[in-house]
Amino acid sequence: MTSPLQQKIKITGPSVVTANRTWDGVVIYRDAHKGWTTDLAEAAIVRTADDARALLAESTADDVGAIGPYIAPVAVNDNGTVEPGNLREQIRRKGVTIDLPASA
Amino acid sequence: MYAYDEIDRTLINERVSEFRDQVKRRLAGELTEDEFKMLRLMNGVYLQLHAYMFRVAIPYGTLSSPQLRKMAHVARRYDRGYGHFTTRQNIQFNWIKLADLPDALEDLASVGIHAMQTSGNCTRNVTTDQWAGVAPGEVEDPRIWAELLRQYSTMHPEFSFLPRKFKIAITASAHDRAAIKVHDIGLRIHKNEAGETGFEVLVGGGLGRTPFIGKVIKPFVHGRDILSYVESILRVYNQYGRRDNIYKARIKILVHELGIEKFAAEVEDEWLATRESALTLDNEVVEDIRSRFSYPHYQKLSDTPDELAAASADPHFARWLKNSVAPHQRTGYAIVTLSLKPVGGPPGDATADQMDAVADLADKYSFGEIRVGHEQNLALPSVARRDLPALWRQLDKLGLATPNVNLVTDIIACPGLDYCSLANTRSIPIAQELTRRFANNDLAELIGRLHINISGCINACGHHHVGHIGILGVEKNGEEFFQITIGGRADEHAVVGTLIGPAVPFAEVADVIEDIVEAYLALRARPDELFVQTVERLGVEPFKERVYATR
Repeated sequence: MTSPLQQKIKITGPSVVTANRTWDGVVIYRDAHKGWTTDLAEAAIVRTADDARALLAESTADDVGAIGPYIAPVAVNDNGTVEPGNLREQIRRKGVTIDLPASA
Repeated sequence: MYAYDEIDRTLINERVSEFRDQVKRRLAGELTEDEFKMLRLMNGVYLQLHAYMFRVAIPYGTLSSPQLRKMAHVARRYDRGYGHFTTRQNIQFNWIKLADLPDALEDLASVGIHAMQTSGNCTRNVTTDQWAGVAPGEVEDPRIWAELLRQYSTMHPEFSFLPRKFKIAITASAHDRAAIKVHDIGLRIHKNEAGETGFEVLVGGGLGRTPFIGKVIKPFVHGRDILSYVESILRVYNQYGRRDNIYKARIKILVHELGIEKFAAEVEDEWLATRESALTLDNEVVEDIRSRFSYPHYQKLSDTPDELAAASADPHFARWLKNSVAPHQRTGYAIVTLSLKPVGGPPGDATADQMDAVADLADKYSFGEIRVGHEQNLALPSVARRDLPALWRQLDKLGLATPNVNLVTDIIACPGLDYCSLANTRSIPIAQELTRRFANNDLAELIGRLHINISGCINACGHHHVGHIGILGVEKNGEEFFQITIGGRADEHAVVGTLIGPAVPFAEVADVIEDIVEAYLALRARPDELFVQTVERLGVEPFKERVYATR
């Protein structure tokens, strides 16, 4: 497996590193303090390929806490709030777009 | 129902203990994800968008009421109160925690349910006709052979790391409800000219990125030789199947590239060298398996009981009777399909309460047995016709009597981007919108048999290639688009549908399908000409013209 430090990484805008938490699979984001958060607003945002590579390498090193870290695009609004950069990440953040079946 | 023996029970319980230890070591950091991934997949545990997904096998689509109740229990205790029945006779739980999985597996093991062969590059859960053992005209119960293949293939050391996953389906009826022609191996039980029962063997069918209809590799294989013949196919595939390219690793690609004649010759050579082996099935073995299946003690009942005649005056009941109830082998009994396709609902989902209630109804009306079909519906296989009105009233209260079986709103759909990490687009919202557009039962009946199948990506879990209308989600510049095919079918006349033109955006899909259906109603030669027959007669052009003329 190629080390993240050796991977060719291209980013086209602000990005975060996201993964799933090992014990329950919940969506998590790498924060700026070498930890994980479930809140996208607290995620570390990178804007260059070098920073993205470094954040991904640090995230990948935590194999116990997280599964499958990868770089995902985000949009940073004028007021500083952060939104997922595509539909897949929107669904990962907000959940399914349908009502879950519920017992009466 | 098949009764597991001590070997089966030991195997399942040992698997639970092993997995409990593996999960413990993973959570303690003693196993890396790379090391653990293969182990979890061997127990049906995937990682999806928001959570782990747990896929549980329903061998040959047969469940007892205690087994279904246990699934309800798992849904309620470890998940979010519902389960999703798939297109391969499995159930999936979408929100389960890794830490809870060993307990869930143990609970299921207590009723003989497991998750082996639901993932990985092995022989997957062997599927068959959900009406097996009760369908009129059936040559014999195909579950006997499905169970033999299950025992043969479970944890088979030679075939646990095939080039890719391997799916086998069996039917014993003239009308194929098991979609055998789109499986890696399709087995059709039939009688030869001498009156002997055996198997027509098809190979190389499959959907996904490159769809192929299975080809007949051998018209007749006697039952005693079926394991050795299947093994010969697996050996040739294991030797020559590609391992360098995941998209070209399925047996369908090998059969296509070698050609069926050359592939068949390779299999024949292998078979001639190995057929006289421990895999030759003597009758005693087959009969032992058969004896472990219990069958209902049917009563002598009338096909036209007074209760049925009286209830048929109710048009709602009459409509359900027409759409959801099918003839049975035994006089006085019927097969009842329980639609998991309510208007506006996700196809194939059932709540824990519904599962419990169906288990109770199975006990009361169907000898405690439930079936699961690849169309993502349930069935009660043996209901006395005199009980149909009472059953219908209770199913209606549960939301399981939508009279749409085999009609336009009986949609097959994969979980799509709402759940799946592979998907490009959502599938369920498209299905939901279509069920609303065609919610009028009179309209649905006017249209007649019409299967809409939806996949959220090219992997084709929603079998879009073989839908009468197939809908495939593709991503274009970050937006959801959908390709539409028409004329596909998954039965004994299986054929891959034809693309009608450029993909359309999410918001237009339901309009396009309405246009196609309107065109069909205007073009069909007579009211009983099915949609697929009209497409076969006229080709796609009239439909293409209708869809794209104003777009």
